[in-house]
Amino acid sequence: MKFAVIVFPGSNCDRDMYHAVKEVLGEEADLLWYENSNLENYDAILIPGGFSYGDYLRCGAVAATSDVMKQVREHAERGKPVLGVCNGFQILTESGLLPGAFMRNQNVSFMCHQEELVVENNETVFTSGYEKGEIVRFPIAHGEGNYFCDEEALQQLKANNQIVFTYKNNPNGSVSDIAGIMNKEGNVLGLMPHPERAMEAILGSDDGMKLFKSLVENWRKTYVTNA
Amino acid sequence: MLQTREWSPGQIEENKIYREMGLSDEEYQMIKDILKRQPNFTETGIFSVMWSEHCSYKTSKPLLKKFPTKAPNVLQGPGEGAGIIDIGDHQAVVFKVESHNHPSAVEPYQGAATGVGGIIRDIFSMGARPIASMNSLRFGNLTNERTKYLFTEVVNGIAGYGNCVGVPTVGGEVQFDDSYEENPLVNAMAIGLINHDDIQKGIAAGIGNTILYAGPPTGRDGIHGATFASDDLAEDADKDRPSVQVGDPFMEKLLIEACLEVIHNDALVGMQDMGAAGLTSSASEMASKAGTGLEMNLDLVPQREPNMSAYEMMLSESQERMLLCVEQGREQEIIDIFEKYGLKAVPVGKVIEERVFRIKHHGEVVADIPVDPLAEDAPVYEMPSEEAKYFREFQQMENTVPGVENHQEMLKKLLQQPTIASKEWVYDQYDSMVQTNTAVAPGSDAAVIRIKGHDKAIAITTDCNSRYIYLDPETGGKIAVAEAARNIICSGAKPLGLTDGLNFGNPSNPEIYWQMEKATDGMSAACTALSTPVISGNVSLYNQSKGKSIFPTPVVGMVGLHKSLDHITPSFFQHEDDIVYVIGDAKKEFGGSELQNILQGKYEGRAPEIDLNVEAKRQKQLLEAIQSGVVVSAHDLAEGGLGVALAESVFGRKGLGATVELTGDVTVELFSETQSRFIVTVKAENQEKFESLVDDAKQIGKVTTDGTIQVSINNDMVIKQDVKELEELWRGAIPSLLKSKE
Repeated sequence: MKFAVIVFPGSNCDRDMYHAVKEVLGEEADLLWYENSNLENYDAILIPGGFSYGDYLRCGAVAATSDVMKQVREHAERGKPVLGVCNGFQILTESGLLPGAFMRNQNVSFMCHQEELVVENNETVFTSGYEKGEIVRFPIAHGEGNYFCDEEALQQLKANNQIVFTYKNNPNGSVSDIAGIMNKEGNVLGLMPHPERAMEAILGSDDGMKLFKSLVENWRKTYVTNA
Repeated sequence: MLQTREWSPGQIEENKIYREMGLSDEEYQMIKDILKRQPNFTETGIFSVMWSEHCSYKTSKPLLKKFPTKAPNVLQGPGEGAGIIDIGDHQAVVFKVESHNHPSAVEPYQGAATGVGGIIRDIFSMGARPIASMNSLRFGNLTNERTKYLFTEVVNGIAGYGNCVGVPTVGGEVQFDDSYEENPLVNAMAIGLINHDDIQKGIAAGIGNTILYAGPPTGRDGIHGATFASDDLAEDADKDRPSVQVGDPFMEKLLIEACLEVIHNDALVGMQDMGAAGLTSSASEMASKAGTGLEMNLDLVPQREPNMSAYEMMLSESQERMLLCVEQGREQEIIDIFEKYGLKAVPVGKVIEERVFRIKHHGEVVADIPVDPLAEDAPVYEMPSEEAKYFREFQQMENTVPGVENHQEMLKKLLQQPTIASKEWVYDQYDSMVQTNTAVAPGSDAAVIRIKGHDKAIAITTDCNSRYIYLDPETGGKIAVAEAARNIICSGAKPLGLTDGLNFGNPSNPEIYWQMEKATDGMSAACTALSTPVISGNVSLYNQSKGKSIFPTPVVGMVGLHKSLDHITPSFFQHEDDIVYVIGDAKKEFGGSELQNILQGKYEGRAPEIDLNVEAKRQKQLLEAIQSGVVVSAHDLAEGGLGVALAESVFGRKGLGATVELTGDVTVELFSETQSRFIVTVKAENQEKFESLVDDAKQIGKVTTDGTIQVSINNDMVIKQDVKELEELWRGAIPSLLKSKE
């Protein structure tokens, strides 16, 4: 499986994401600078965390208007998987690929530590390797991770099983403890915590491994076994 | 504040304008001798920043010379942007500490933020990718609103900058004492990883080669920052706010990536960041190091605002700027790389044979100065030194045991002292995990960063107990180095070397200079005894305000190497029934202790003694024991002694506790701050092997799972305490101090 890791000016988890899929998982991956990139030949798009464009204007707002995000949208419309983590999640909401928006953490401070998450939906290409209700530990590292959407949108998220991960002990004030959601079609996942930082036991958790493995296995099932 | 009016050379001499820029009459005379004429306004400004303490180390140089700086694995000692030590496999670590004290005192957020930015630039300007940063902070006690504001904003500034540039802030230390109330200390350390082949130097070599300016335009911020940092902090320091630079971490992130791409292009000859004294220091130092001269046209320098004078441009400390020397004719290759990242790089000058620093502006030569006298031959002063009166008094005081009625209550009090209490409130705001190498996160003795693709890791710590150094600068200086090494050893690594951040008061006071002398003597002795060369450093003097000086605070930033990931050892207890050992006996030593602080509200008497031979032996033996796999956890005993170390060992360990039996004086056993001591746990089956490796280890108890700490001394139970309650006090102390009102 071939991953594209998109690098915006100010992305800073790009190399971590690349390391996770390329070195730890052993899949093919490229770091793609946001300009003059062609996403045509990639099976999945990873939008990493960081501070794209310095978080100026609003987190993710400037990156959302970039040309490469048009390609990401087309890629998503073709049903291929897109994963946005942290700032990547913010870029996905800013570009309208996922509903909702982010506010500053309730305590208005940046926070960084391991958090326990609950796998709410394991019937997705990203989470099929987890048990439903499984508790996993991923690090968080954000100042604006307080997810918000209006009541109507929240009901839709719930009705369509779009809430994939919730916080066990909500650290930032997110609506309904939301840590990660996907689109209705189930191929675009936004996640505030960092699965790519939870790939090796030496770093404190390898619970993120199953997420990337799920992606790879589901892709193989669809594209390789049938081939 | 700033002289916007430009005085004529004659007026500068006549009205002694140079004094306002921090130059003495003698120094002005030297400048006249060098130039063989009166300096003009711009030249006077250039000399004043280059000869400031911050840039020239004019009063500290004689002391810095004493430090051992060489070892077979030292690839670059002091003198470049940062020092470099080999870690095998053609890899090396690059590190340095730098102070940003005065800026942080008047504008804490930006002061701290630009401190982080500056030290990170020192690392990548050497060609290394910054892989971690640390910090060492000092504030007054958290009892008044201004101190709380300074503390909160400094932490915000470090977080705001460090998180955005994607360099994990993996730890540090914060201490609180009244002496820092007016003059807080903000020392930032950065560590980079580099392949030997990629090491860059800040040189402007090759006659005719081009000088490129890269980064955002030059503005009127930070003018005379180096001079501001080289004088006492004035009572009305608020007026110095324009001397503080403003940081843009997004720009820095782009600059990091661009520069690390540029180093792989062989058109690059040399590169240096524009730190203190901006364009002036980077350009003149690059020429001086290369044995060349340099000509620069300021009309070509990108400018943020119109009508900037040559003086302003040369002295501006606008952030995130780099100066590069590039092969003539190949400029575009380098410019293209910067442009990819949206950064401007423009030619502003060239390398010349004549060894002068020549600046043109609007078609006129506005400065024409011989390079070496400016960059290298700053005056060096041997300051008068006089043993501090207080020291003589303190040395005559007997060591006594303070009266403690209830040891359990005292332990609770100690755990809530902000210097001892959990710093989670601080480090939770730092992204400590980005780059996915952080094997041991903040909150341990040392942070550990694994090196991807190799079975090895590096340990990093910052340390300095300034209370001991105040009581006895030489002994305290030894302890500062030894304690940093203890932290590295406990994590399972061998200390490689250190960087020092020497923070002192005004050196023209002979007693302050004496503190500097003695502290650096002590540090040098410990560096030799523990084989930890000094590879880089920073000097920050004049840390005093309203006539009150800070405690002498020579911060030690130390780096060590884990030869295998298997050697990484936690600071905390791990499993039930492990045997608890303490290495080294407690003595009646309370001078400078946290207990003394609580009971007397001041520090006096003698600092704890340290025998460097004993220290070196215990460190060596403990490291051997760790490397042979028989140590489960190791933690050094520091502020608050064994009682505090024992509690820290079970915090956050969900249900773990400890039962300990000791004999001796209760207060001494629990709270003495005797040096060279460790608390270690070992599996029962490894008891014999551990004891055969470590001479001074004494079995004192066991790790339990009943969630209590029980300490009996002479068969009396003196502490029986629920760990959870202690932990809540310890974790809650700083947040609750910050919330409480005056």
